[in-house]
Amino acid sequence: MDWKLWALKKSIWVFHVNTGACNNCDIEIVNLLTPKFDVERFGIKLVGSPRHADALLVTGGGTRQAAIRLREVYRQTAKPCVVFCMGACACGMGIFEKGYHMAGPVDSIIREVDPNAIIAYVPGCPPKPQAMIMGVVRALAALQPKEKYATERVGQPVVADPR
Amino acid sequence: MSEPLRKSVLAVGPFHPLQEEMEFFQLTVDGEKVTDIKARISYNHRGIEKLSETLQFDQVPYLVSRVCGICSASHPLAYVQAVEEIAAVKPPERALYVRTIINELERIHSHLLWVGLAGHFIGYDTVFMWAWKYREPVLDLLEEITGNRNNYGNVKVGGCREDIPDELIPKINQELDVIERKTEMLTKAVLDDPVLHARLKGVGILTKEDAIKYAVTGPTARGSGIAIDVRRDDPYAAYDDLDWKVISQPEGDVFAKAVVRLLETLESVKIIRQALARLPKGPVSVDVKEIPPGEGCGRAEAPRGETFHYVRSDGGNRPVRHKIRAPSYVNVPSFKASCIGADIADVTITLAAVDPCYSCTERIAVVDGHSAVIHDYDELLRLSREKTARIKKEIGAPDVKLEDC
Amino acid sequence: MQQNELDNQLSQIRDKLTGLDRKADNRVFLPCEAENVHEVCRFLFSDLGLRFVISTGIDAEDCFEVLHHFSNDESGCLVTVKAFVRNRESPELDSITPLIPGAEWIEREMHDLLGIKFRNHPNLERLILADDWPEGVYPLRKEVQA
Repeated sequence: MDWKLWALKKSIWVFHVNTGACNNCDIEIVNLLTPKFDVERFGIKLVGSPRHADALLVTGGGTRQAAIRLREVYRQTAKPCVVFCMGACACGMGIFEKGYHMAGPVDSIIREVDPNAIIAYVPGCPPKPQAMIMGVVRALAALQPKEKYATERVGQPVVADPR
Repeated sequence: MSEPLRKSVLAVGPFHPLQEEMEFFQLTVDGEKVTDIKARISYNHRGIEKLSETLQFDQVPYLVSRVCGICSASHPLAYVQAVEEIAAVKPPERALYVRTIINELERIHSHLLWVGLAGHFIGYDTVFMWAWKYREPVLDLLEEITGNRNNYGNVKVGGCREDIPDELIPKINQELDVIERKTEMLTKAVLDDPVLHARLKGVGILTKEDAIKYAVTGPTARGSGIAIDVRRDDPYAAYDDLDWKVISQPEGDVFAKAVVRLLETLESVKIIRQALARLPKGPVSVDVKEIPPGEGCGRAEAPRGETFHYVRSDGGNRPVRHKIRAPSYVNVPSFKASCIGADIADVTITLAAVDPCYSCTERIAVVDGHSAVIHDYDELLRLSREKTARIKKEIGAPDVKLEDC
Repeated sequence: MQQNELDNQLSQIRDKLTGLDRKADNRVFLPCEAENVHEVCRFLFSDLGLRFVISTGIDAEDCFEVLHHFSNDESGCLVTVKAFVRNRESPELDSITPLIPGAEWIEREMHDLLGIKFRNHPNLERLILADDWPEGVYPLRKEVQA
């Protein structure tokens, strides 16, 4: 097992990227930090620079202008990293598919930089915060298929159902 | 010996933690004061107006709901009102009331969102956590009524898609009581806090003259003494039948805009209570078979200001032209007027005071490759919080108290 | 101003217009030829004090139409100036940005999306299309497929 991936599952530092989203998914991501969902208790932290991030939370369908920047951000992100496509637009451009200014979807933009990128999809318009948390947990569990994804973290059990 | 002028360029954007969309303003500064701002917006441009022409009239509300997530009730409402104007259709009374209730619930959660973000920008993270915690019940209510926390998809040409079940009304009233209590407490805390006074008063002033030149709307205008509000000026939905007031403050600074938004939230609670008490019986939609040729204008007062839609029909089943103007499109450029001459520590809060619904308009994040000093968004946020901390120390005031009541 | 006063005032520029469509009590359309658009807008904004709302550019097959929407907030009336730009090969119109700074962005947008040139605009740079969007392709024109 890659020790970096092991470190990854202890606490996930995420960097949020908007590639032309309507704001809904972005607000729900920020909601994750607030008292009702409070993802910081799982060690998930929003950071201000991609260089410190273990995961990218990408929203939006990937407009032409944003695509250039997204590739740059991905290059700068510390590897290994997981790219989470949050929302219908990031998963497959959604209703903006035929827009003339779209370059997406996010996975094809990222794969131009790195064909082996690890990409997880959380659909929804917007996905509820619970869905986002579940998406993150499931993706991490999928990265560690042989182990039960239940780990002690400084005396606090972090339990998530990998099924 | 005189110091040579040190001009540096600050790039605000494109990626930063708590501002959801990418936005780019290129600021030029002289020392610590802003001297010029250039904006180029393109990151969020999805070509929605062109997409509208490929959809049928009754599919468009689902598209425009996603112009912006926080105004996702106002955009489809303005659109269907434009189409109803062309078709000379009047929705049933109950539909007008349901539309009013949904839009006011949206206003409440949007203003609380803003208060939280503003708190975060100046280093009052308690306010941020608190305001967003008390936003949640509003989103839950909206989910119970329409099926989604955001993107309600509840308006259609001729009325509403979903009705508000009568059994839900006592619960809505109960939640409104809680929201009112919390907002009153928050308003009092903000209005009484000497550090917030010192930090936000006189900051980011948009004069009345500039407000007119830049054609701003919403709390950005009402915070500069221009008491315009589409709900009163060009009434739609049920606003004409209800008793409420337009809130405005004359000073034009960030504090004034915060006060306007907080008091408006309380006013929204009043409006919803009245609408629920007087909710007429009956259907919530009428059938509309076709849209004749013509043109119509629809507008709604979104939390950020006037949302304007223009629709042209040639008698077919798709719009021939659909113009969408979000309030931020006219409010964000006014940032130029309110920011020039300001401290760089105040840039983030001044921009936030316009409450840019970034995805409503286009944000451009740009430019790099200047040889001058560049401060990124994190740096500007740090400067803003440091200023608050300095003021707090000078005044010697305690932390703002927010009880859980 | 009140609606009846607005109606009186509008009759003052009737000679600059090619019509006066009253679609409803609070919806008035003022069609005019391109050369008069600046004067009409100046009258509405500076003389009558109406609020600028936004502009709509339309590819209307045989010409371009540029609609400038104004609002008389006191009576809730929307007054729309409808300018016809007949030269399709190189469409041009006088800019209203020197008069109304709030119109800067929308004129740049119409320039990007429809290719209409606004004379005397202080800064007609690209606003809304990506850096790598090809020159000469105007997405809102009818010839560009969605």
